[in-house]
Parts: sequence; structure tokens; C-alpha cells
Amino acid sequence: MAVCVAVIAKENYPLYIRSIPTENELKFHYMVHTSLDVVDEKISAMGKALVDQRELYLGLLYPTEDYKVYGYVTNSKVKFVMVVDSSNTALRDNEIRSMFRKLHNSYTDVMCNPFYNPGDHIQSSRAFDSMVTSMMIQVC
Amino acid sequence: MDAPEEPLPPVIYTMENKPIVTCAGDQNLFTSIYPTLSQQLPREPMEWRRSYGRAPKMIHLESNFVQFKEELLPKEGNKALLTFPFLHIYWTECCDTEVYKATVKDDLTKWQNVLKAHSSVDWLIVVVENDAKKKNKTNILPRTSIVDKIRNDFCNKQSDRCVVLSDPLKDSSRTQESWNAFLTKLRTSLLMSFTKNLGKFEDDMRTLREKRTEPGWSFCDYFMVQEELAFVFEMLQQFEDALVQYDELDALFSQYVVNFGAGDGANWLTFFCQPVKSWNGLILRKPIDMEKRELIQRQEATLLDLRSYLFSRQCTLLLFLQRPWEVAQRALELLHSCVQELKLLEVSVPPGALDCWVFLSCLEVLQRIEGCCDRAQIDSNIAHTVGLWSYATEKLKSLGYLCGLVSEKGPNSEDLNRIVDLLAGLGAERPETANTAQSPYKKLKEALSSVEAFEKHYLDLSHAAIEMHTSIGRTRSARLVGKDLAEFYMRKKSPQKAEIYLQGALKNYLAEGWALPITHTRKQLAECQKHLGQTENYLQTSSLLASDHHVTEEERKHFCQEILSFASRQTDSPGHKIVLPLHCFAQLRDLHFTPSNAVVHVGGVLSVDITMCSQMPVPVHVEQIAITVHFSIEKNNYRKTAEWLTKHKTSNGIINFPTETSPFPASQNNLPALELYEMFERSPSDNSLNTTGIICKNVHMLLRRQESSTSLETPSGVALEDGAHVLKCNDVTLEPGANRITFRTQAKEPGTYTLRQLCASVGPVWFVLPHLYPLVQYDVYSQEPQLRVEPLADSLLAGIPQKVKFTVTTGHYTVKNGDSLQLSNAEAMLILCHAENRAVIYSSTREKASDVSLRVQSSDKVTSISLPAAPAYHMIEFELEVLSLPSAPVTGGESSMLGMTEPHRKHKDTQKAGHCMATTDHKVSIDCPWSIYSTVIALTFSVPFRTTHSLLSAGTRKYIQVCVQNLSELDFQLSDGNLVDPGSSADLQLVPLNAKSPQHIHSKQSTFFVWELKWTREPPPSLRCQFSVGFSPASEGQLSIPLKPYTYEFQVENFFTLYNVRAEILPPSGAEHCRTGSLCSLEVSITRLSGLLEVDKDEALTESDEYFSTKLMYEVVDNSSNWAVCGKSSGVISMPVVAQATHRVHMEVMPLFAGYLPLPDVRLFKYLPHHSAHSSQLDADSWIENDSLSVDKHVDEQLDSSSIKSRGSVHSASSSEPKGLPMPRLQALPPGQVFNSSTGMQVLVIPSKDDHVLEVSVT
Repeated sequence: MAVCVAVIAKENYPLYIRSIPTENELKFHYMVHTSLDVVDEKISAMGKALVDQRELYLGLLYPTEDYKVYGYVTNSKVKFVMVVDSSNTALRDNEIRSMFRKLHNSYTDVMCNPFYNPGDHIQSSRAFDSMVTSMMIQVC
Repeated sequence: MDAPEEPLPPVIYTMENKPIVTCAGDQNLFTSIYPTLSQQLPREPMEWRRSYGRAPKMIHLESNFVQFKEELLPKEGNKALLTFPFLHIYWTECCDTEVYKATVKDDLTKWQNVLKAHSSVDWLIVVVENDAKKKNKTNILPRTSIVDKIRNDFCNKQSDRCVVLSDPLKDSSRTQESWNAFLTKLRTSLLMSFTKNLGKFEDDMRTLREKRTEPGWSFCDYFMVQEELAFVFEMLQQFEDALVQYDELDALFSQYVVNFGAGDGANWLTFFCQPVKSWNGLILRKPIDMEKRELIQRQEATLLDLRSYLFSRQCTLLLFLQRPWEVAQRALELLHSCVQELKLLEVSVPPGALDCWVFLSCLEVLQRIEGCCDRAQIDSNIAHTVGLWSYATEKLKSLGYLCGLVSEKGPNSEDLNRIVDLLAGLGAERPETANTAQSPYKKLKEALSSVEAFEKHYLDLSHAAIEMHTSIGRTRSARLVGKDLAEFYMRKKSPQKAEIYLQGALKNYLAEGWALPITHTRKQLAECQKHLGQTENYLQTSSLLASDHHVTEEERKHFCQEILSFASRQTDSPGHKIVLPLHCFAQLRDLHFTPSNAVVHVGGVLSVDITMCSQMPVPVHVEQIAITVHFSIEKNNYRKTAEWLTKHKTSNGIINFPTETSPFPASQNNLPALELYEMFERSPSDNSLNTTGIICKNVHMLLRRQESSTSLETPSGVALEDGAHVLKCNDVTLEPGANRITFRTQAKEPGTYTLRQLCASVGPVWFVLPHLYPLVQYDVYSQEPQLRVEPLADSLLAGIPQKVKFTVTTGHYTVKNGDSLQLSNAEAMLILCHAENRAVIYSSTREKASDVSLRVQSSDKVTSISLPAAPAYHMIEFELEVLSLPSAPVTGGESSMLGMTEPHRKHKDTQKAGHCMATTDHKVSIDCPWSIYSTVIALTFSVPFRTTHSLLSAGTRKYIQVCVQNLSELDFQLSDGNLVDPGSSADLQLVPLNAKSPQHIHSKQSTFFVWELKWTREPPPSLRCQFSVGFSPASEGQLSIPLKPYTYEFQVENFFTLYNVRAEILPPSGAEHCRTGSLCSLEVSITRLSGLLEVDKDEALTESDEYFSTKLMYEVVDNSSNWAVCGKSSGVISMPVVAQATHRVHMEVMPLFAGYLPLPDVRLFKYLPHHSAHSSQLDADSWIENDSLSVDKHVDEQLDSSSIKSRGSVHSASSSEPKGLPMPRLQALPPGQVFNSSTGMQVLVIPSKDDHVLEVSVT
């Protein structure tokens, strides 16, 4: 399913980034970082639309030969980026959407943790970790 | 336009395709009408209602009119739509019944039969009417007859199948009308035919599609069928619909590929899995690529062929639809999906072939788009095309790497073979582009031809991509392309060109805090800098990498070793320093001063402990760690005085430095945490709280403008400061992790020292922390020697030994042996010298240094205290006992003056301050060894007692009572209370009535002493007394020295009793007791007890014939309102100055209450004539009081005197006083002269029987 899941802070530094396989971590870091260009573009295109009317899901940010990069942005401008293997053609838009929603919910839970400092790396949340893991290995 | 006679080619695959309409009948007629018809037909749009709920569309119809031939009619099973005649029209001009019957009818019948044979129902018969012709034939039937005949003969139910066109070539309104009707009919018929035939076709097509699961089904066949539909839509200018057909084909094919990947393979698909042999890219310059179409038709197309053809059609349609940007977007998707599909289908592709195909295709798409848009449009839509540019760049790069075109040496033979193979797969250039200089084909061929050409093309593309990314704000993408470029340059051994790209990328990653890309880019940068020989930069990058946790341990050690080996290498220029920022080498965690308040006196030793966290993976030997210190003298600043410093500076002395959290981006997260403090502002006068709030102490850090230009990687920003004051520590080995380093310094000049820079040197490499933040300072002070003397308790008490603390702050003065304090003795204050006094010496930090004995020598004038030797900046503390002697000496007649004032002063003090103790000040001047001037110290002692006296009488016997009140907090023991008359005469005697034993007097309590005064002769008018009592603190046992007693002097005057006043209340006659509400009689008798005495000689005394009398006024007052005095309550009497002379006064009083009531007061005044000079003894207050009293009494007096006269009482010369003169005065008799013998008596009053009604009227 997803090969890389990243949560990026409003200021564009990574709060959480995980990828499989791990040996290619660097490549995904570059990829996710570069995809922020398109995220920024899409956010600014959205402009000052009413918050409740805004679509959080940004859709396909950019396809590469081997991967598809999808984006999602919360109202507080925290970005979720998911990289999916291009060969995984079974994955439709709706599934990506629901994965993002799951990710968002899980992230909200992390934020609700009083011991979590907003803006810190998400390191010690087992629930979040396992949720990401489930998104990465689950085969459609 | 095609002439109707010419035979049409069967299919024309151009955009000139139009729906075919056949024309039968009169060809000449048609030829004459044709120009108007072809011009008029598309003029007006027609609404096309569609089946399957598709939205109706307005379309402009055009047609290709061809001569009717039977061959044109499609045979059964022919699916071709493009050649399908949608409408058949029969033209006739016939207006003659004969002619009609003879020829036209037969012709029409034949035509109809042919149509019927092919089951074609879309036909129309047009009868053209011509007025000119009609005129020629006079015997013609009404013109309708021919039409009617035709309708009758052929259109049995559909009369509208026959249309009349009148005078088509004339210009009249009738002609116009007729044209309009005809055209509408024609259009409607055409559309009906479209709907019917296309619907049928679509149904057939759908049926064919449904058969796709059958084994013999071929995608290529189906492709051709659906494409036919697309062609028709295209022909009808319905590009949208045409595109839908292709998109459906696209989706269908994609789905098959996906299913194939999932294991559900269709037979026909295996054909597409044949190895790729040609990769000549997309061809978009022709509307229809016939070559490829034929391949598909022949079922010989490869996957790339099919995809290329499909995309070229989609591209064409999109461009018709003015959507070039969608072309770009779809192209990218197509290229990606093709690559994926080839992978999925496991098609064997020679290495590099796909790269060639993608590269060519990208460029082809871009050039195609450029070909149909102007520059401005392209520039504003870079976002759509930039993906293709960077994709092409990427592909060219990988081709270059594959073919050895990037290496320094150029391609080897294997690479060359590969190049040849790849070029072979491109085939020959297509004729369309053969003349274009910059065709993708030529570009690729050239790029692969040589290293130089490749470089040129690669750089062109890269730069173009970077520029485009940058221009639309995609900096990150631009950086990534830049990094590829840097890699390329590194491969080409031109690191100087690579550096700028790496730096740019690194800056970007740093700004956004992406750790892994930072590390990776730094590694590349390190290599680049090493090649460039940028020693400083290289060392800095190395140090950053060595401290980076994302780097493997080996690599960290390697980079650390790089620094160390550079440091150990002896450089040719020995003075050369390489300055690097400290933070990548080690971090300063905290700093700690000893003494902890960071205040030290001149000459004192200060030590600074710092904790440094080494980031290096291995222990590093540092030759020197130094802290540069900035020195400043702030004179005349109160905050820099020793007192202030020692009191106010923070005491824990630990300063923590914020740790730099490197993974976070520098711009956002390195802001220091808010430093909030409570703030209280108190008013300077009474220390009450004025304002309170919270202040942020580091606002300047938080609100600082973000410096966009500062790069973290440039070492030039670190300036090495040269300071005169440096704290140093040599030869330290920093282990990985925390290290503790101690600096020691001896304070020299007083002032403030600010720690500025920290630098650690490893050989010529200096790691510098340019600013220490938060600010770290220590202060050095110098202090003048000082002596302070202060009481131990709150206040000093006079009369008993009290402890006083002496504090000598040595400051910069060193106390030598033999130095002493010389105290000039005050008269009334003694310094008590004990056998042993001890002094304690404290260091400047209040630590006890030593405890020595103190020698105190006292002489008459001077007390000398030898100070123990003490070093500078120490404190000597010792205590001495002092005794303040009572300031009034007991003996000596000369002190009488003092004795007079003393009690008076005390009296005033008590009046003024209530319970405050009277105080005396003693000044002591002290000569200190460090100064030529004397220090004058004032000590204030409080007298612990307050004493009052009173005279008590019992008839003629007199007693003196002395009250001693203890005001202090201490308890005392009083002994030997004594009262003497200093001017003692034998005839006066004071007999004590007190206990002999010592008396305890507690804090805030009083003790009384009483003496009886006896005399033998006539007593003097006044008596001076001196009271003395010994006292000692009750708590202390034996005192070492005898204490002086406490004395009190006072004077008693007029103490001899002159008058006895006696009052008596008698019940009304006959009654046993007084009753409330009934009048009782008050008998007052005033008796003179002595003859003429000295004290009587005043103005009131009148003499007549050696018979003396004095005037007295009596007054009966009942302050407690027990009695109502009826009649006059006061009167003046003339009292003979003779012993036992008695004056009686009778008056009536009425008791107001029942019970034992005290008698009303009887007061006696001396009645002085008005002219007498008023007594000096009376002070102002009493005078005024008397005056007011006399005003009241004035009227009474007249009344009084008359009443006295009428009663015939003893009365003498009151009449001698002339009326109307200034009023007489009253003077109270001194308490000693009047004895009220009925004081304290009570009379029993019983309640009256009818006490419920009590009317009292007082006149």
C-alpha cells in the first residue's frame, strides 16, 4: 500500500516520516520534500476559501515513474503526504482519501495527548506508529 | 469542393471529412443550387437531441454532396461510418405531368427501389419550382399537382419527405422563405439520420464490446470500430464526444493491463507483450498517424505503438478543444503509465530504450504545445509543462550515465555499442520533422553522439528545468534538479560548479529542517569542498558531519579524523588560524561560578566551571580552551558597589545555555523560549505595591527580525575577538558527551567582566562560540574599610549593661597586629571591660575564618580595642557591653537645677508620647587605624521606667505615693526604694510604709511606693523630694558591676490641709430614709483647720482689724446624675481665717434613683478679686477654663448674694466690690489643702411607693 507516510509541520519541517523499504529512506525524504512545492501551490490556489468548505484532500501531487505522491492538508496547515507505488493500480482515489482521514484522526489523537508538545517530532506515539504501519502493509 | 461528377475516394482521413449526402435526379439542377446550398447549410445551428440521455447539442451541419451511386450504399455488415451516406436526396425540376409520368416517376421508383434494397430510409425528394419555366408552359396544371403526385406516389405516409424549393436562385422574400423551410427540413433529416444510424452503430459497438470475454475477441478490431465513431464525432466537430471514445478505449486497455497484472490475461494482450524493438517516441504532428493505425488494424502494433497512436489522437482532439495544458498533463501520465505497463506486462525492453522513448516523447509533446501556443501563454502555464521538462532531463541524465557519457574518460567500447543499439531503435527520422533543426530525434541523436554534445544538451535541459521551477516558485524541485546537476559536475570533476548547487540545496533543507537530505547534501558538499581545497569550509562541514547522528559511526569517525589530521599536520604558516563555529564541535551546556554569586573582591579567586558537550565521536585533545572576557568599569554606579553586589546578585550561580536542537529548522525553532518573570513595582516611600505584571526578558531575541541572508555554513561570520582578559584552560581532552572544565582567575581590577567568546583550539583549528547567550558576567569590587556599631537588641536600655556589636569590614585594608580602635569615652556611658572578649573573623563570603580573643584597655578618656590581624576583605565582629548612666546624678547640691528640669521634661515626654520611653543619646568618637578622621557614632538609650507621684491626704495627715511604671520588655527587680528631702529639715519626716524586700516589676506593669509625711513645726509651703530605687534585670543573676539606682525628683506644694469639707444628706423630717422623688436636705459644712498660714497670703485674703477672712466658692455637682440639686448649687462664702471656723450651707437635693447613692461632690474654689494679677502658677489652659466658668457664675452671684443676705447668714464685705467691674476669678484649691471627709459616703435611698409615675422638674 503506502510506501511512505509523512506528517509535515506548518513550517514545512517533518514531524513524522516513515517509509518502507528503509534503505531507500533518503529518496523518499527528497520526494516528500519536493512534493511540498505542489502542496504549497495547491494551498495558495485554494486561497481564503471558507474553512468548512475547503477540501482537505489535495489529490495527486505529482506522479513519478515509480510512485504517486498524494497530499492532504489540515486546517492548521499540517500536511500529510503519502507515497504510493505506481504499480499499485488498484488503489483508487477514495481509498487514498479514507487513508488520509484515518491518518488525520490518528494525528488528532496525538495532538490531544497532553504530553505531546505541538511542533515536536512524533516519536513516542505507539498508536500513531501502528496505524501508519497498518497503512503501509495492508494489501488491497 | 468536390465536383459531384468526380468519383470520391472511399475514405478521406482528414479533417475535411463531412457527412455524405447523395444526390440523384437532375444533376444540372443540383449543380446550379449547390453553391447556395453548401453555403447556407452550416449557417444556422441546429439542436441535436441525443439518445441515452446525453445532453442536446447545437451543431452546425455541413455535408459532402456526392452523386448517388448504388455502390455508395453500405453492404450488410459493413461498419464503416465515415463512408456512410446519411441522406439521399432526389432533385427534380419537373413541372409537367407528362414529363413526370414519362421519365421522372420511373427514375424515382428505380431510386427508391435501390434504397429499399439497402434498407435505407433516410431520403428526401426536392421539387424545385421555377416561375420562368411555368410561364413557358401555359397549359400547365396547378403547380401543386406534381408535388401532390410525387407525395401520393412515394410518400404514402410521410408527406414531409417531399419538399418544394421555389425559385432558389432569385432574391425574393418568397425564395428566402422557401430556402429556410428547405434547409430546416434538410438539417432535421440529417440529424434524424445521425441519431438513428449512430445509435444503431453504438448499439452494435456495445454488443461487440460485451463479447470481449469471448476467446476470439480482438482489442484491435474493437478499437477500429470505436475509432470509427470517434471519427464521425470529429467529423461533426463534436471533439468532446470523439475524445470520449478514445478515453474509453484508453481506459479499457489500461484495465486489461491491470487485469493482466492481476493474472487475468486476455489472449489478445499477449501480442502487445512482444519485445520492444522501436522507441521512436510519440508523433503528434500529424492528425492521424496512418502507419501506426495500420499496424493496429493489422494487429501488429506493440504496446508503445498503440499507446503512441492513442495519445496522438487524444492530443489532436485536445488541441482542437484548445486544451494544450491537458495534453502536457496527460502526456506525463501516459509516459509514466507506459513505463509501468511495460513493467507489468514484463515486456523485454533493452536498457535505455525506454529512456529514449520517454525523452523523445517529452520533447515531442513540448514542441507540439509550443507549436500551437504563443510565448506568453507558454510562460504563464509553465506549471503544466515543467513536469515534462524535468522528466526529459532526468531521462537524458540516466541515458548519459548508462552510456558512459558522464564519466571523465568518456564512453568505453561497451558504452559505444549500447549507444549504437539505442540509435538503431530510433529508426530513421520521420519526414515531418526531417527539416526541423531542433527536432527531438536530432537532439537525442546528437546528445548521444559525444560527451560534449551530451553535456551541452543536459545542461540546457537542466537549466531550463531549474529556471522554470524557480519561476513558478517550486524552489524545492529546482533544488533537486540542481543537486542532480551538482552530481553531474562532480562526476565531470568540476566541483567549483557543483558547489553552488549543493550550497543552495543545503540552505533550503536547513531552513526547513530536513535531517536526512541535510546530511546527504553535506556529505556531497564535503567531497566537493575537499576537491576544491576549501580547507575551512571542508573542516566545518566535516565537523558538522562528525557531529551528525544520521551519519554512520564509521563516517563520523572518518570526518572527525579529517579534522584531527589536519590539525596535527604542521602548516607552513604557523600563525594561520582556521576559525570554525563551536556549535558543530561541542555545545556549551552550563556555566557555574564559584563564589556562586559571581562577585569577587580585588585579589580574590574566581573559578568558572563550564560543561561542554562534545559532539565528536572520539575523544579530542584540545590544546586550549579560552573564554574572552570584556572588561568595563562603571563608576558612580550604585549597582556596582560592594554592598549592592553582595546582596543582590543571584546566588545559585548556574547559568544554563539553551541547547541547540539541530534537526529543527533554524528559522523557526531556534527561537529561545520565553523568559517570563513576575514584576513588582513598589512605591519608594512606603514600600506598598504599585504595579505588578509579567515581563518577558528576552523580547529582543523573540521579536528579532529573521535574518534571511545569514548562512549557517559560512565560517566567515565568526569573528575572533581579541580581548586583554582571557580565561584559559590548557590541554583538555574532550570525551564524547559532557565534559567539565574549570577556569580559575584572580580578580585584579574592580569592574564588570562579561564573558564574550568561547574558543577551543585544536592545532590551528579554532572552534569559536562567538557570543555567549544568555549574558554571563562577574563583578570584581574594591571596598573601603568600614566600621559599624549597632545594638544587638532593638533598642538599648539605659542603666543596665547592654551589648553592642562592632563590625569591622576590612575592605582593601589589611588589619595588622597592633591596630586598634580608640574610643573616646562619653561622660555618661561606660564601656564595660570583661576579662575576655572574643572577636570572630569572617571571610567575604560570610564563612567563619577564625575566632580570637580581643584585648580591650580602658583608661579615663580612651578605651582602646586592639583588633586582631585580619586579611583584606574580611569582617571582624565582636560585641562589647556598654552602660548608660542615668543622666541625673543623685548627690551634689549643684545638680538641683538638673533635678528641677528632669522630672519636668519627663512629664512632657509622657504627655507627648504616651508609652514611649524617654531617650538619651550618647555620642562616641572612634579613631580607626585606616583613617585619620574619627568616626562618630551615636547610641540611643531608652529609660525603662516612667515615674509619677501623687499626694494623698487623710484629714491633716499626708502621704506621698510614687508610681514606677516599667515600659520596657524586660522584667526588673526593684530594691531600696527611698524617698528623701534633699533640703532636709529635722522637723519634716518621711516615714516609709513599704516592704523592705526587693520587688519584682514585670514588663508593662507598675509598682507603688508610699511614705507618710510628718512634721513637727508648721510645714513649708513646698517640699522637694527625691525618689531613688535600685534596679536590676530580673532575669540575670549577679551583675558584675554595681548599678546606679534610678532617681526621680519632684516637688510637693501646698500639702497642708486648710479646709475640711463635710457633706451630709438627711432624709425629710419624719422619714427614716430618703426616697426617690422626695426632697432631702444636703448639709455642707466647711471648716477651717488652721489659723493664718503663709499660703493664705494672696489676693483673696482680706484684712479688717486684724481679722482675716478669705473668699471661697463652693459648688455642689453631681456628675453621676444621681441627684437633682434644687435651688442654687453654688455660692460664695467669706471664710474667716481662724481655726475651727465653720461655714454651713444647706440645700435641697432630690435622689433620682434608689439604692446606695454616693453623695454629690462638693467643690471648693478660692474666689479671687478681679484686679489681682493672675497667678503665675496657672497655665493658660486653666485660666481660660476659669474665665468661662466665671461668666456663667456672674448672674448667679448677684442672686446668690441677695439670697445670702436674705438668709442673714455669716457674710461680710462682699458689697465692697463694685458692680460692673471686671469679673472675679476662681482658683481651685490645691488638693492638699482641702480634705473632703465625706468622700466615699453613701446614702440609702429607697424607691417611692408610686415610683411608676415619676415627675421630675428641675429648675
